[in-house]
Amino acid sequence: MYNQTEIIKDTTELGPEGELVVNMGPQHPATHGVLHLVVTLNGETIKKIEPHLGYIHRSIEKMCESLTYRQFIYVTSRMDYLSSHINNTACALLVEKGMQIEVPERAKVVRTILNELTRIASHELWIGAMAMDLGAFTPFFYAFREREMITEIMEDTCGARLTMNYIVPSGLMYDIHPEFQTKVKAFIKQFKEKVTEYEDLVTGNIIFQSRTKGVGVLTPEDAISYGCSGPVARASGVSCDMRKIAPYDAYDKVEFDEIIETAGDSFARYMVRVKEMNQSIRIIEQLIDNIPEGDFVGKTKNVLKLNKGEFYQRVETARGELGVYVVSEGGTTPYRIKFRSPGFSNLSVLDHIANGSKIGDLMATMGTLDLVIPDIDR
Amino acid sequence: MLSLESITKTTQDWLLAKFTPTLALTIECVIVILLAITLFAVLGLVLVLLERKVAARIQIRLGPNRVGPGGIFQTAADTLKLIMKEGLTPDTADKFLFNLAPFIVMMVAMLLLAPIAFAKNFQIWDINIGVLYISAISSLSVIGILMAGWASNNKYSLLGAMRSGAQIVSYELSAGFAVLTIVVLTGSLQISEIVASQENGWWLFKGHIPVVIAFVLYIIAVTAETNRAPFDLAEAESELTAGFHTEYSGMKFALFFLAEYINIFIVCAIGATLFLGGWMPLHFGHWEGFNHIMDYIPSSVWFMGKTFLLIFLIMWFRWTFPRLRVDQLLNLEWKYLLPISLFNLLLVTVIAIMGWHF
Amino acid sequence: MTNEEIKAYISSHAPEATFDETGEWLNITVDANSLKSLTTALLGQPMEMNYLFNLTCVDWKNHLTMVYHLSSTIHRHPIVLKVNLDRNTPSIETLCFTWRTAEMLEREVFEMFGVQFLNHPDLRNLILEEETPKGIDASKGYWPLRKDFEDPINMIKL
Repeated sequence: MYNQTEIIKDTTELGPEGELVVNMGPQHPATHGVLHLVVTLNGETIKKIEPHLGYIHRSIEKMCESLTYRQFIYVTSRMDYLSSHINNTACALLVEKGMQIEVPERAKVVRTILNELTRIASHELWIGAMAMDLGAFTPFFYAFREREMITEIMEDTCGARLTMNYIVPSGLMYDIHPEFQTKVKAFIKQFKEKVTEYEDLVTGNIIFQSRTKGVGVLTPEDAISYGCSGPVARASGVSCDMRKIAPYDAYDKVEFDEIIETAGDSFARYMVRVKEMNQSIRIIEQLIDNIPEGDFVGKTKNVLKLNKGEFYQRVETARGELGVYVVSEGGTTPYRIKFRSPGFSNLSVLDHIANGSKIGDLMATMGTLDLVIPDIDR
Repeated sequence: MLSLESITKTTQDWLLAKFTPTLALTIECVIVILLAITLFAVLGLVLVLLERKVAARIQIRLGPNRVGPGGIFQTAADTLKLIMKEGLTPDTADKFLFNLAPFIVMMVAMLLLAPIAFAKNFQIWDINIGVLYISAISSLSVIGILMAGWASNNKYSLLGAMRSGAQIVSYELSAGFAVLTIVVLTGSLQISEIVASQENGWWLFKGHIPVVIAFVLYIIAVTAETNRAPFDLAEAESELTAGFHTEYSGMKFALFFLAEYINIFIVCAIGATLFLGGWMPLHFGHWEGFNHIMDYIPSSVWFMGKTFLLIFLIMWFRWTFPRLRVDQLLNLEWKYLLPISLFNLLLVTVIAIMGWHF
Repeated sequence: MTNEEIKAYISSHAPEATFDETGEWLNITVDANSLKSLTTALLGQPMEMNYLFNLTCVDWKNHLTMVYHLSSTIHRHPIVLKVNLDRNTPSIETLCFTWRTAEMLEREVFEMFGVQFLNHPDLRNLILEEETPKGIDASKGYWPLRKDFEDPINMIKL
C-alpha cells in the first residue's frame, strides 16, 4: 500500500508548468471503493491518470492454490461481488470441463436464469451509481427498487443476497425455492412496467446526454488492443459476447441479441447496458416456464480431482469476459490459477480515453466503465 | 384585523410614546436584529427539513420520520449534533481566513434580508435603490467562498472555489439583466414601488412574453448563483468530494449549509417580489368577487406562499437533473443566456417606451 | 482457420515451435527470442490475432512459463502461446506495443513472478507496495506467486 507520507508527497508537489497532482481515492465518492487514481491536472483538464491498485488485494490466486475444487468457488464470490453468481458458474463450469461431468438440464436452466438475474441486478446498481456520479441522485432509488426484488429472489433461493455461493460443480447446491417461478414472473412484470420510469429520467435528459455523448470515446481498435470486453467493448462496436461465442449452460437454447453500439462514447456504453437488461429479461422469459424436472445436481465423488492439464473457461459477467485459467497436476487443489478479470482490462483503458478531458468527464467515463475494485485487485 | 402591519405600527407608537425617538429607534433595531436571527434559524430548520422531505417524496422514500412527529425535529437534532462537534482547523490552513470565511458568507446572506418586503408595509429598510442593493450585496458571497477554498489549502477546495467564482461572476450578469427588465417596466429600483406597480396584475402575467423569458432566465441564473444542482459544481461531491467546504466541520460547516438555504430563500423571495407581485394577492381584471376573496388571505401568506413555490421549484431541479460540466456551464451562460437576456432587455425597453404592457 | 494451417503459419515464423493439441485449444511453445517477431506476424494478416485475453505466468519450480492466450475478434480461433524462461534470471521482450493490454498485465506478472520485461515503458509494482516489507531480504527476490514464496508473517500452510 502507499503509506501516508507518500500520499502527502504526491499531493503537495507541483508538477511542471503549474500542473496539479490530485489523489482521487482511495477514499473518494466516485471511485466506488478503494481505487486510487493519481490524476495530473492542468486547471480542469486531465493530463494523466495513473491507477494505483492493491488496496483490496486479497491474493485470491495464491489462496486458491491451497483450496480444493469444492472450496475455491466460494472465494470467487468475493471478486466481482456484483456478479458473484456468474463467477461461481465460471468456476463450476471449469471443474466440470476438467472432470468431464455431465450437468443435469434442470441445473443448467436454473443457472442461466440466475446468471441473467444477476446481470440485471448488477446493471441496476450500475445505473444508479453512474447517475449519482453525474450528480443525479434520484435514479439510484428507482433502480434499487427493482434490484431489491432480485435480491429477495436470491435470498429465497440461495439464502444470501450478495455472495450467493449457490453453484457447485455438477449442479446446484440445493433445489430452487417453490415460489421461485412466481417471484421471477412478478419481477419481470414489475421490471417491464417500471424500467421506463428511470429511463425517462436519465436517457432523455438533455444534461445527461450532453455529459455523456462524445465523452470518453473508445475506438474499436483500441478496445480490442486494450483487451476490453463486455458492454465497454460492445459499445465500441466489437462483438465479444461470450454467451454467443462460446455458449455455456443453456445459452445455446435461448434466443437473444448481442447489443452492439458503434459510437464508443459514454452514452453508447450506457445504452448497451440498458438494452442488455431487456435482453436478459427476454432470456429469463424463455426459460422460466420451461425448467425441466429432474435432479438439480449430478452424481460426483466427494473429493474432486481434475485431470492433469490446463483448462480455461470464459464466461460473460455483467462487466465483460471473465476467464478462469487452471493448471492442474491431477491433485485435489489447483497448481496455478489465474482469474482474467474484465475490470482489470477495462481500467487500463481509462488513462487513454479520459486524457485531455475535464474532471467531470472523468466521472462519466469511469462511471460507464463500471469498475468493481475487488474484481480488479483480486 | 390582526396583521403584521398593525403589529409593527402599534409597537412603534408605543415605543415613541414611552421613549425618546433615538432610544426608540435603538430598541427597534435590536428587535429587528433578534427577529432576523430568529427568522434565519427557523428558515434554516424548515428549509432543510423541506428539502429532505421533497427529496424523499421524489425518490420514493419516507424521509426523516423518527425525531418528533413526522420527523419535524430532525434538523434541530442535526443542528445540535453539529454544534457539539469539534470545529477542526487543518494544520496547513490559513487559520484567520479559514475561520472568517463562513461568517462572511453568512453575513452577506443576512444583509440581503434588509430590503425584502415580507408583507404589506412590513419591511426592514425600504431603501430607494433596493434592487441595486440586492445585486451589489449578493455578489459579495463569492468572496467568502473563494476565501474558504483558498484558506483550506486543499486541492479539492481550491478547484471548487475557482469553479464557484467563475460561476457566480458569470451568472450574476443574467440575473442582473432579468431583474433589470422589471426595473425598466416599473421605472423604480424601490421594492415597495415594484410591488405596488403589480396591484392590478403580476408582472409575469401582464408583462408579455419578455417577462416570462426574464423569469425563466432569473430562475436558471439564481439556481447557478446559489450553487444548487444542476449547477452545484462548486461542491460536486462525486468530483471534488465536497468542493470548497471539504475541510470544514461542525458549526462552521453548518454556517455554509445554512447560508446556502438562506440564499435560496432570499433569491426566491426576490423572484416572488419582482415577478409574482410580492405580497400582492392574485387579482384578475374585473372578477370583483374573486378579487375580494383573495384580499382576505393575509399578505404575509401570499408572500411566503409564492416564495416557497419557487423554493420547491429549485428543489425539484436538484433532485431531477444530473450536474453540468464546468465548460458547459460557462457556455450556457456566455453563449446562450447572456445574449438572450441582452436582447430581452432591449425588447422590454421597447415595450415600456411604447406602453404596450397592461 | 484450422489448427493445421495455424501450425504451418507459426512454423514458418518460428521453426523451433512445438505444438500440443491435447487441450481445448492449440498450445504452442516457442523460444523467448522469436516471441517478438512471431507476435508481430500473428497480429497481421492472415491470422489477425488482435485480442490478447489473458497473460500470466506459471512457476514450474525449475523454470517459469509465460502463457499468452490469444484470439482474433474476426476469425475466433483461440491459441495458447507459451514461452519457457529461466527461473533465476527470467527476462522476456514486452508485448505492450503489440497489445496495449499487456502493459498492466505484465506489470502484475513482474511483481508476482519477478519476470523482467525488456523495453517495458513503465515497469513498476502495480498491486504490491513499492518497498518490500520489513524482515524480508529483497535481494533474494520477493515474488508472492512463486511456489517457494514464504511470507514469515501471514503464511498459511496446509
